[in-house]
Amino acid sequence: MFRRSLLTAAAALPLLPRAALAEQRFASMTMFIPAGPGGGWDGLGRAVELVARQAGLVGSFQFENIGGAGGTVGLPRFVAQRRGRGDALMISGSIMVGAVLTNKTPVGLQNVTPLARLTDEAGVVVVPAQSPIRDLKGLLDALRANPGAVSVAGGSAGGTDHITLGLMLKALGRQAREASYVAFAGGGPAQAAILGAQVGAGISGLAEFAEQIKAGRMRALATTGATRSDPAIPTLKESGLDVVVTNWRGAFGPPGVRPDALAKLVALFTELHALPAWAELLRTREWTDAFLVGEDFAKFLDSDRAQTEAVLKDIGLA
Amino acid sequence: MSVWDGLGLGFGNALTLANLGWALLGCFLGTAVGVLPGIGPALTIALLLPITFQVEATGAFILFCGIFYGAMYGGSTTSILLNTPGESGSIITALEGAKMARNGRAGPALATAAIGSFVAGTIGTLGISFLGPVVVEFALLLGPAEYFSLMVLCFVTVSAVLGGSALRGLTSLAFGLLLGLVGIDLQTGQPRMTFGIPELLDGVNVVLVAVALFAVGETLFLAWRHVEGGAKVLPVGNIMPSRADLKRSWKPWLRGSLLGFPFGVMPAGGTEMPTMLSYYAERKLVAPEHAHEFGTTGAIEGVAGPEAANNAAAAGILVPMLTLGLPTSATAAIMLSAFQSYGINPGPMLFEQQAPLVWTLIASLYVANVMLVVLNLPLVGLWARILKVPQPQLYAGILVFATIGTYGISNSVMDLVLLYSIGTVGMFMRRFDFPTAPVVIGMILGPMAEQNLRQALTISQGDWMAFLTRPGSAMLLALALVALLGPRVWALVRR
Repeated sequence: MFRRSLLTAAAALPLLPRAALAEQRFASMTMFIPAGPGGGWDGLGRAVELVARQAGLVGSFQFENIGGAGGTVGLPRFVAQRRGRGDALMISGSIMVGAVLTNKTPVGLQNVTPLARLTDEAGVVVVPAQSPIRDLKGLLDALRANPGAVSVAGGSAGGTDHITLGLMLKALGRQAREASYVAFAGGGPAQAAILGAQVGAGISGLAEFAEQIKAGRMRALATTGATRSDPAIPTLKESGLDVVVTNWRGAFGPPGVRPDALAKLVALFTELHALPAWAELLRTREWTDAFLVGEDFAKFLDSDRAQTEAVLKDIGLA
Repeated sequence: MSVWDGLGLGFGNALTLANLGWALLGCFLGTAVGVLPGIGPALTIALLLPITFQVEATGAFILFCGIFYGAMYGGSTTSILLNTPGESGSIITALEGAKMARNGRAGPALATAAIGSFVAGTIGTLGISFLGPVVVEFALLLGPAEYFSLMVLCFVTVSAVLGGSALRGLTSLAFGLLLGLVGIDLQTGQPRMTFGIPELLDGVNVVLVAVALFAVGETLFLAWRHVEGGAKVLPVGNIMPSRADLKRSWKPWLRGSLLGFPFGVMPAGGTEMPTMLSYYAERKLVAPEHAHEFGTTGAIEGVAGPEAANNAAAAGILVPMLTLGLPTSATAAIMLSAFQSYGINPGPMLFEQQAPLVWTLIASLYVANVMLVVLNLPLVGLWARILKVPQPQLYAGILVFATIGTYGISNSVMDLVLLYSIGTVGMFMRRFDFPTAPVVIGMILGPMAEQNLRQALTISQGDWMAFLTRPGSAMLLALALVALLGPRVWALVRR
């Protein structure tokens, strides 16, 4: 079919001249993206393909994109169709942790095998350029006084942006469900609402708002990472608010993979991460390295899920 | 850099042999994906993203823009010939277009769509070049309250497609509103009416519903009644539009273009609302001697207006992307991610920092527009000949085509189950004289109106007066009231 021929055409494009070839670990690999092409998970998946193929770690990749509902449409399909397969990967991240909880789907990240956390992205809290609020203190004072009066724009309800706002309110001694959170579908409409000062404030990934902040059309008040992502913008933490939320992305294997096959998959990512080409790619795309494998990643996943669930329960969404 | 300098530079770059080649390839690919329901420009460009590793930025963006414009052209072809809209912006075109085709006027319908697309594309591109930044600042003043009022205005357009019985029409509308509710609610993240089926979490695709009701429902209905009709071949009629056709088309083209462009620029506008409003306007403004053609034999105004609105809106969508770096549609979002893979961060400074690239892109839009009309007009005769296929075979072909296209939306069997279930509903609706267009209108407008209503109420802290105290919103509501009551009051006064 037409789409199929497009896919092969894309795959047949000759890649950049190959650098030093490492030993090939997999002849072919299925890469499952539970989101549409062009988004963050798809971008990470294709970046893994680019580096792994150039280095010769993996012979070829077959991509499958099943998007929708924070990944919860695709996830059950990956679990059912790839069970026990040692040559299948899925890219996912913190958005799915929240989506599984709010959508109340029976299949969650506990049904897949965590392999490696690869990148994470801090969020940023902004106000429109024409807002009377000058700094984070001003916003926090307004939120403390009456959270309902400060409308905050962000992505879908129960997502990372919403959870950030919930945690901020909790840290201020208010209830997460008092928030006046306005959910927008996708980054464009949310940005437009902030630029047009339709809302009091906004929360999103730093990369998404970076250009608007640089151009002076939005005022950045704080970022949400553990350390500063932009030297000019303070973090919530240093402002005395104990809130750290990042939008992390990573790779998962199917359920029921045999231990030796699992070790091989984890080793692939350790090797990939050590490549200079990977470091170079992270640098050019301005992605933050958040590499974490095996047990550590599984532990992180548990604590992330617990924190997310607590906030969502507080908001009344889980 | 002034607009003229910019355009001069842009045309200088766009008219090189290599870039013309990219434009031609883009137009061709775009027309092809526009024809298939389900596979749209967003998906196509996403699949082609890997070429950004190989091809220089200018060539890649010319290709992408060609695909984008081409898809808008291609979408109307199947709407008219097969009653199978390829894109959501072409759904309204199918209303009159398919009726024209069935009455031996496929050629003029296709031609007015192609020329109308050219006119609208050119007006839209002129808008990008000269008005872009100004219009965008104005569009940013619109918030959820204004969008909700705008949708209230659009709901008035339902009255143009209700058909003979208001009760039946409103029942159809309610069915559409119901279908629109399926999926995860944006404001709370909770699933609604998904019955535990993961594929329904993302809602029901509107193109799928249009194809199911218009194409599958119609086909099943014809199969049911086949004994009475017998196998007959549809007349193809004249291929080229007559002078009278063109005379009836040019005003709708202009009106549609002027209506469509601002909607495209609006961050929550899109291509569907202007096509509805244009259809409504043409139906009300049509010369009395042609008024009876609407909904019966198919009126050319009803194809020319919405098709122009669709293309002008598509051009408008590029404005917030180029001037502010705002991705207001799926296609724009993917083009932005292509910018990023070149290390270009699209934002408010794009026009200044990447002037040569942006102007070349705009110039290539003019080029693509000319290419598309040159490519499509001669094909009109070829396309129209599809109707010479005897009806049973033609409709069987439509079924196959609709099935393949729908499967292409998300490679999901669930979508096929939906296609045929809703198609069966469509068959019964046709049998018992329920109009199908209100279903689609309800499905498009319902969820948008609901989300904007709730966003507006969250911002106003639950104060309903916000819709009246904001001047823009109050004006739109007043306009909706006039559109709804005006014709009735006018009729009373004249009596």
